[in-house]
Amino acid sequence: MEPRILSHLRALEAESIHILREVVAEFANPVMLYSVGKDSSVMLRLAQKAFFPAKIPFPVLHVDTGYKFKEMYEFRDNLAKELGLNLIVHTNQEALDAGTNPFKLGTQKCCALLKTRALLDALTAGGYDAAFGGARRDEEKSRAKERIYSFRDKFGQWDPKNQRPELWNVYNAKIEKGETIRVFPISNWTELDVWSYIELEKIPIVPLYFAKEREMLVRGNGISPIEHNYPIQIGEKPEMVKVRMRSLGCTYCTGAIRSDAETFPQLMDELVHFKRSERENRIIDHDTEGAMEIKKREGYF
Amino acid sequence: MSVESQLLRFTTAGSVDDGKSTLIGRLLYEAKGVYEDQLASIQSSSVNRSTGPIDFSLLTDGLRAEREQGITIDVAYRYAATPRRKFIIADTPGHEQYTRNMATGASTADLAIVLIDARKGVLVQSRRHAFITSLLGIRYVAVAVNKMDLVDFREDVFNKIQTEFMAYAKSVGLKNVAFFPISALEGDNITEPSARTPWYKGPSLLDHLESVDLVEARNFTDLRFPVQYVNRPTLDFRGFTGQLASGILRPGQTVMTLPSGRITKVKSLPSYDGDLAEAYPPMSVTVCLEDEVDVSRGDMIVDPNHVPHVSRRFAAKLVWMHETPGEAERDYLLKHTSQTVRAQISRIRHRIDINTLAEQPANKLELNEIASIQVETRRPLFFDPYQQNRITGAFILIDPVTNSTVAAGMIEESTAESLEPLKLGSLEFTGETEATVTPAERYARAGHYPATVWLTARQDLAVLLERKLFDLGCQVHILADDRESHLLPELARVLNNAGLIAICSIASPDPAEAERAARLARDNRFLLVDPQALPVHDEEASEVIMKQLEDRNVLRRKERFEVGEGI
Repeated sequence: MEPRILSHLRALEAESIHILREVVAEFANPVMLYSVGKDSSVMLRLAQKAFFPAKIPFPVLHVDTGYKFKEMYEFRDNLAKELGLNLIVHTNQEALDAGTNPFKLGTQKCCALLKTRALLDALTAGGYDAAFGGARRDEEKSRAKERIYSFRDKFGQWDPKNQRPELWNVYNAKIEKGETIRVFPISNWTELDVWSYIELEKIPIVPLYFAKEREMLVRGNGISPIEHNYPIQIGEKPEMVKVRMRSLGCTYCTGAIRSDAETFPQLMDELVHFKRSERENRIIDHDTEGAMEIKKREGYF
Repeated sequence: MSVESQLLRFTTAGSVDDGKSTLIGRLLYEAKGVYEDQLASIQSSSVNRSTGPIDFSLLTDGLRAEREQGITIDVAYRYAATPRRKFIIADTPGHEQYTRNMATGASTADLAIVLIDARKGVLVQSRRHAFITSLLGIRYVAVAVNKMDLVDFREDVFNKIQTEFMAYAKSVGLKNVAFFPISALEGDNITEPSARTPWYKGPSLLDHLESVDLVEARNFTDLRFPVQYVNRPTLDFRGFTGQLASGILRPGQTVMTLPSGRITKVKSLPSYDGDLAEAYPPMSVTVCLEDEVDVSRGDMIVDPNHVPHVSRRFAAKLVWMHETPGEAERDYLLKHTSQTVRAQISRIRHRIDINTLAEQPANKLELNEIASIQVETRRPLFFDPYQQNRITGAFILIDPVTNSTVAAGMIEESTAESLEPLKLGSLEFTGETEATVTPAERYARAGHYPATVWLTARQDLAVLLERKLFDLGCQVHILADDRESHLLPELARVLNNAGLIAICSIASPDPAEAERAARLARDNRFLLVDPQALPVHDEEASEVIMKQLEDRNVLRRKERFEVGEGI
């Protein structure tokens, strides 16, 4: 007889499904944040499994900064159709109309308006009492102390000094009106776990994660995608480089990495040998030391 | 890391100066859990508490405030992987005031690393860590005797610590304790045997973490499936979802649902990946049953031959986790598996000094105190002692005003064992626990739980109540006193044991007898009716009592366990 022990991926899967069900059972109006990225793709698959044979019983919210990759928009709309998702897209149109972009305002302000503000507005507008996010504790140091159920006050803010203790798999879902809980079902997954699971489960993902010749702007070590009228300075010339994206954010703030990984085995191989953590290519985390913690306090995921 | 590697969750306990953060940083570094840019970020950090080029402890100290203070003040989760195992590390602070965090980290751990500074030996805090490890039911303990480089890797120093710690470990019931002479700073015996400890023949710490037996630690015999959510996408599909706490589920298997006590069979275990032939812990699954059984969130599917305790009153160990002290007879919400009920600490039996294990009297519980208590819940829980089942034996207390999680509880004994022995004249009933007919089976047949209603000076009401309960299908019997009520508590208990509702009709108030009856009543389904609070009219009064019986879950009601109901 096979020993009755789950592989680490199946154990993580079981834990995440338990969290998803617990939230749906205890909250009146949950929503899942969907960023179109690989972590969101894993969350969606986990939700499909948790509620099979029913459809995913909550809406899926994409906070769209307007600066995402074209391939991300296409992918999102196709997937929503295929899975019959109740997809809600929210954009801080006012800020966009006012010309908000990272070149003008800097990344911190740009994120505050197009991501954090937009997210808080969307959550308020929908009256959601719980919001699933795909954040993982291995991403960044301030995330390592994040709870699975992360309490946010009426202003959507996080108080790292005053978190509820979280024991076993017994989660405290009690909140007052206006307060919310951010729930992180894949808290305990690492980047490698996410990729291994995507491969194991054959989960569709945005092709940007795989290497391809793409038109890029190379500045020293930084490789930037050219979309949404990326400001090119005099003397600079876009060039075709074989790159892939390690994590997907806005085109302006997502750096590409040189890579030959066109297939899963190549990608996994690259990850195992490639020892740079994934958010490194995300400009926003590097503004100041402890940048992510400050963003999180203000309401960012 | 292969797709088939296993998951080991461990926690670390040690004080600021034991080098705990350095050890975890080292493990992460050696097990490739640290990416180069994170390493670069700590190398460039303005704080370096170590004397070496890399301060490994900075890898694990997350928040700004903590970095400024130079201490870890909250549980941080870290991840590392080797080809054989993936590790989830709960890095918990070892300061005295942070028992709360240690308990949190320990609650999900399979193994605990207890750090001891080789120069200082077994200190009060090492004992404390051993006690909390035992309290939270961690199966394996790895004692890392750190800073061996500062004692010239002397065997006698290591042996002395081993002997001292083992003596204490035994006294708190710890098993599977292993010792490692290490230097976290210099890497000795972390990933491979150190040449500097030729006298040590055991595995390296990482070897040990990769090889402790995780299968043996699971309970595959006593089926416990707390129902989380009822999945009803269509009229003909009703799936009960949840995560298996223990035992095995297979199609065709006979199961019992609690609290109804109904016996039925597993029809299928449908999943996104096709029907399952078998499910085992900790799988999250969906169960379809053969019969149309009324099951909702908070109910439990169990093995009819090994049923859990079903009770509203039990003894527990409690870790108090909030600045506002815990008090007896205050209302709390108690969350246990998938059910949340109103509860009170009915009695604080004693506080436990975590340094000396001395039992001290206490009126309230302060932050980070551990106590032995009695709990009374408004509805019955289905539980096992925590040391037998870490899921069905665990609960948290929530303050209903602030919504804070204020305490973590570990259920100890069953209520039945703490019941007073029953004596009737010269007869002594001692054989109760050997009976094969269980209360759950009696419930299944009777359709209600046993109870005792204590009614004073309302003979007509007692008669009416008996009639109404009988007409509802209940098994009920009036015990009326004729001047002598001193046998009624025992008689009521005998009727309760047989599954009946006993109505004790008393001519005149007798508080002492009422109190004795309350103590004797099984599962404390004892209803002392306050004559002052009762309507004068018998019909109305009987309705009030019926409602109280429903509230205590004696009578079966439809949809009792809807979310939020009764809370």
